[in-house]
Amino acid sequence: MSKEILTTKDLHLYYGDKEALKGINLNFDAKGITALIGPSGCGKSTYLRTLNRMNDLIPNVTITGTIKFKGQDLYAPSADTVQIRKEIGMVFQQPNPFPFSIYDNVIYGLRIAGEKDKEKLDAVVEKSLRQAAVWDEVKDHLHESALALSGGQQQRVCIARVLAVSPEIILLDEPTSALDPVSSSQIETTLLNLRHDYTIITVTHNLQQASRIADRTAFFMNGELVEVDQTKNIFMNPAEKQTEDYISGRFG
Amino acid sequence: MINPKTQNKIAIGTLYGVAGLVVLILMALLGYILISGLPQLSWHFLTAPAKAFLKGGGVGIQLYNSFYLLILAMLISFPIALGAAIYLYEYAKDNWVTTTIRTAIEILSSLPSVVVGLFGFLFFVVKLNLGFSILSGAFALTFFNLPLLTRSIEDSLRTIDTTQREGGLALGLSRWETVTRVILPAAVPSILTGVILSAGRVFGEAAALIYTAGQSAPALDFTDWNPFNISSPLNPMRPAETLAVHIWKINSEGIMPDAKAISSGSSAVLVLAILLFNFAARYLGKRLYKRLTSA
Ligand SMILES: Nc1ncnc2c1ncn2[C@@H]1O[C@H](COP(=O)(O)OP(=O)(O)OP(=O)(O)O)[C@@H](O)[C@H]1O
Ligand SMILES: [Mg+2]
Repeated sequence: MSKEILTTKDLHLYYGDKEALKGINLNFDAKGITALIGPSGCGKSTYLRTLNRMNDLIPNVTITGTIKFKGQDLYAPSADTVQIRKEIGMVFQQPNPFPFSIYDNVIYGLRIAGEKDKEKLDAVVEKSLRQAAVWDEVKDHLHESALALSGGQQQRVCIARVLAVSPEIILLDEPTSALDPVSSSQIETTLLNLRHDYTIITVTHNLQQASRIADRTAFFMNGELVEVDQTKNIFMNPAEKQTEDYISGRFG
Repeated sequence: MINPKTQNKIAIGTLYGVAGLVVLILMALLGYILISGLPQLSWHFLTAPAKAFLKGGGVGIQLYNSFYLLILAMLISFPIALGAAIYLYEYAKDNWVTTTIRTAIEILSSLPSVVVGLFGFLFFVVKLNLGFSILSGAFALTFFNLPLLTRSIEDSLRTIDTTQREGGLALGLSRWETVTRVILPAAVPSILTGVILSAGRVFGEAAALIYTAGQSAPALDFTDWNPFNISSPLNPMRPAETLAVHIWKINSEGIMPDAKAISSGSSAVLVLAILLFNFAARYLGKRLYKRLTSA
């Protein structure tokens, strides 16, 4: 049995008749961090959002090709998007906590799923916030509004919120680009702690960040996957000229 | 050339001036109504029935009618408006159907209330044979209120960022769960403001009611709560002059000797009721928001 958890084969995506993804073949092993890099507008977010079907929300999107999560076709007519998104969670560029208390933010998914046991919920809140490395900062005001936190803390609460529904894969779209350097490095630490237990796919414009945290890095350009390899190889010894140009800052 | 700084100062000065003027006009208006009206108020005035020819009548029945109509109209229009707004904003695709619905709502919301009143008269009172009744009035108010309320709720939904919707969906909530458990609670304070504003308009509305709820206020027996009895306050089929209609009526054809005093008193009551309603609803909104958003 292969340990590939997520596979994309010949994935094309069109916004209207504009082709934004031009046949992506990219697979992910279970666990570890993969960084998606590439110049602005190359389709990183678009690709990431196909993985938990967030593009369904945009009108006039056409998708061809196959994406399989543990062998199951995500775009099969019988696929349950709600279930998919429970297993493949997502964190966005702009921290988007709900306007509720920190506690409620974290357990919202579970509570709506019908979990009532207070002890269990308390335990999940603590565990998730610890995993997201924000517990110590918020543990004394769990019942205050999450909107009162700093951007970096909000983002980690958002990560905890995703962890609380115990997904297998976590997608992050530039999770630190709206944050200051200190908060960014805290998020990086958080992700490094999570990489043993989750499959993490993160988009970043910050090449240093990719080199610091990612096990693997995929380089996108103009809607195509140029190259994917161990991060070390991408940065030290890329196979493609385009990758080298991008890494060395010659464009993008 | 004036330099940008001076320009800025002039602009700000003008804006303050205009804002100040508006506040001043408002204060003057409120002050006038309250100063001339408050001295008329007494427990007797607020509870006694009106008198047609003698002095010393009150507005008890009109006041009650106003509230009853308001509540009925809100009970009918709020669920419809909420459903319509959720459908339009959260579910409907942008196509000609929704554009048509939106345009229809725009047109409806700009109809003068007299027109709504006359339509209500022809349709509910005459055609459906409901007569001059609370029910006719409530339907007319619903017509008057529905477009405004739908638009204001839709606007409230619009103020909630798309990132909130994405956040909900990305957590594995269904569309419906996202709307009801994330978006609506977040929009409650704003929706409530819209409801308050429209309630104020409905409460003070006269033109739409003159020919629907009628201009008479038969005596009510406040010990009889069987809605099928003709003198029961709950009976929806009785004619029901409201406070606003009463003010209009006294001023156009009132022949009681203390018409002026009663009209001032009624106006003060109307204004006070709307203010009171405002504060109560705001308080309620905060409470509701807390309840919806915490454990
Ligand atoms: N909703 C949309 N409708 C139409 N075109 C879109 C839409 N979203 C993105 N695009 C286009 O698809 C292409 C890929 O966009 P995408 O957002 O995936 O790029 P990206 O790599 O994430 O860029 P960035 O680094 O700036 O976030 C761009 O050319 C963009 O203009
Ligand atoms: Mg992007």
